[in-house]
This record gives sequence, C-alpha cells and structure tokens, in this order.
Amino acid sequence: MFVVVVGCGRVGAQVARGLVEDGHDVNVIDQNAEALQRLGSDFPGEFVQGVALETTVLEAAGIERADAFVAATNGDNTNLVIAQIARDRYLVDCVIVRVLDPARAKFYEDKGLVTVCPTRTAIDRMSQALRSFAGDGGDA
Amino acid sequence: MYAVIVGGGKVGANVGRALLRMGHEVSIVEARPQRFATLESEFEHMARYGDGTEIFVLEAAGMARADVCIAVTGDDEDNIIIGQVARDHFGVENVVARVNDPRNQEHFDLLGVAPTVCATESILSLIEHEVPQHSLVHLFSLRRENLEIIEIQVVEGSRAEGATVADLPMPPGTLVISVLRNRVGRVAAPDTVLGAGDQVVAIAEPGQDSALMELFASE
Repeated sequence: MFVVVVGCGRVGAQVARGLVEDGHDVNVIDQNAEALQRLGSDFPGEFVQGVALETTVLEAAGIERADAFVAATNGDNTNLVIAQIARDRYLVDCVIVRVLDPARAKFYEDKGLVTVCPTRTAIDRMSQALRSFAGDGGDA
Repeated sequence: MYAVIVGGGKVGANVGRALLRMGHEVSIVEARPQRFATLESEFEHMARYGDGTEIFVLEAAGMARADVCIAVTGDDEDNIIIGQVARDHFGVENVVARVNDPRNQEHFDLLGVAPTVCATESILSLIEHEVPQHSLVHLFSLRRENLEIIEIQVVEGSRAEGATVADLPMPPGTLVISVLRNRVGRVAAPDTVLGAGDQVVAIAEPGQDSALMELFASE
C-alpha cells in the first residue's frame, strides 16, 4: 500500500521507517527540513517540506492516490483538521490521527476518526502497573 | 444572549465590547498568560484563562448554555476544532469562525464550520471595489445560504450595454439588485438602461461568474 505520513518527529519517522521495512511505499511531510534526518539517508520515499494544511503540499506528497494517511505532527488540532481533510476531501480509506488530549481524542473517535492517544495509553498503563502492585500486596 | 468568545486578541476583545454594549452576556477565553492579564483587568470575571480547544476549558466557560460560539483565535486549525466541538459536543446552535488565511476557507467549508469571516478576503474585496479597473468582484458571500453578492462592470460593446434591466438575459439563479453610476447606487428598476462603466450589483447562486462575465464584460 501507499501511505502519506505527516509529521516527521519521533513517532512519524519511526512509523514511516517501519512501513518501509514491511515493504510499503511511504511519503513524508514535515514543515521542518531538518526532520528529514530522522528518516535516515537510505529512506526510499519522498520527503515534502511544507505545511500540511496546504492542499498543494498534501497533493505533492501524493495524497490523491494514498491508501492510508497518518497525522502525527505535534499539534492536536492540526492533526485533527488534516485527518478530516484526508478522509472527507481526498477520501483516503484509512486515516489514523495522533491526539495527545484524551478528551479531544474521545470526541473525534466518536465522530468516526481512528485516534491514537499516547496520554490515554500512559494513564492506562501506569494505573494498571500500580493496581497490579497493590494487588500483589504492595499496599500492605 | 450568551456568547462565548474564544481568542481574546484585538478581534475577540472588540467583539466582546460590542456585545456587552448591546446588553449581551459574554465570556472571553484566552490562552496567552500576558494577554489574559490585560483582558482580566478590563473584563474581570468575564475573561477566562485556558486553551479554548480543550473541552474542559470550554465547559468551565459555560459553552453548554451558550447561544453563540465565536472562534476568533489567530490559528485556523484551532478555530475549526473550536467550531466543531462547540456545535457537536456542546450543541451550540450558532458558530461564527474567523478565517486567518483565506487559503484555509475551503477547509472550514469542508468541515462544516460556518459562517466564517475573513479579514484578508474583505480587504481584498474592498480594494477590488475601489480600484476602477475591475470586472467581477464578490462583495459578500452567504456560504450557508449558497448565495453571493457580486459586482460587475458593464464593458463598452458588451451585450449588457444599452440594454434595460428587464431585457437582460440574466443567467439562471441571478438577479440584478442595483446599479452604481458615478458612485451613486440605485435600486434597479425594469426600465433602467445600462451604460458602459456602470457597476451592476447582482445576487447570485455560486458558479455563474463566467456567464455573468459573458454578458457584461465581453465585447
């Protein structure tokens, strides 16, 4: 499949590299040219420098033929807006969006977006680890 | 009426002042600490500190009972999200959003955040209106109602020149409402005769620009 990843930080870059290792085609968008370094010199896909809210940038990255779209910039609202643009304007089948704020993640999940919320994951994992510690008699 | 204004810059603060003068109830949400301090000294308890794209901040500002949400931050992504959350999470019936970059207008339209106001777009329309050499200007758009007000100049040798308003073969979905001649506007009457250089103001459903140009502006 062909995937467009927006946001080439720790998360976006690793997702892009992992997809390439699995044999998929991946193009990456980031507004910062230096973010390209995170992909490594052997990255086979295209890197487009620009603001993903601009349709010319999304189209330069090939969104019109994308099977999947990942919104992983460091801005929740940017991610939520570009994810909806990918879904509603470019009709991308699979749209995944990173949202740090659990409340907004839940709201947009209910509106049909596939959201990934690292904060929610951290809350759940930490609570789970503490509960299992307490369950093992740690609170005695 | 209760209005929650998100974004307390010049636009938000002035909208707040105007609504208060009209006797309405207002809250202004501002995320920048320094700007909030300035707002608080003027608006007291009506100024609220916080990121207005966070649901709990909007909840504390009373968005659930707001009659209107006014999203006027300097960030278009934020204004879109605020508009969607206000409407779909809090059930606010009226949302007005500011478009900072006119290129983002299509995103507001796509994602159902309307009506919108764009200062840059308004300034450009005014400039086009003031500059004598222009052919067709969109003076005002009622996006939700799917209507726009258009101004178009009658070019010498066009089909419109010398025709009366009644005889003009106007494209479907358009209507001449007034004629501006020598800077004086008059409501169009059926027997008004159009001359070269007249500016015709019409109300139109979108998509008739080229048909109107054909009629008024091609020789």
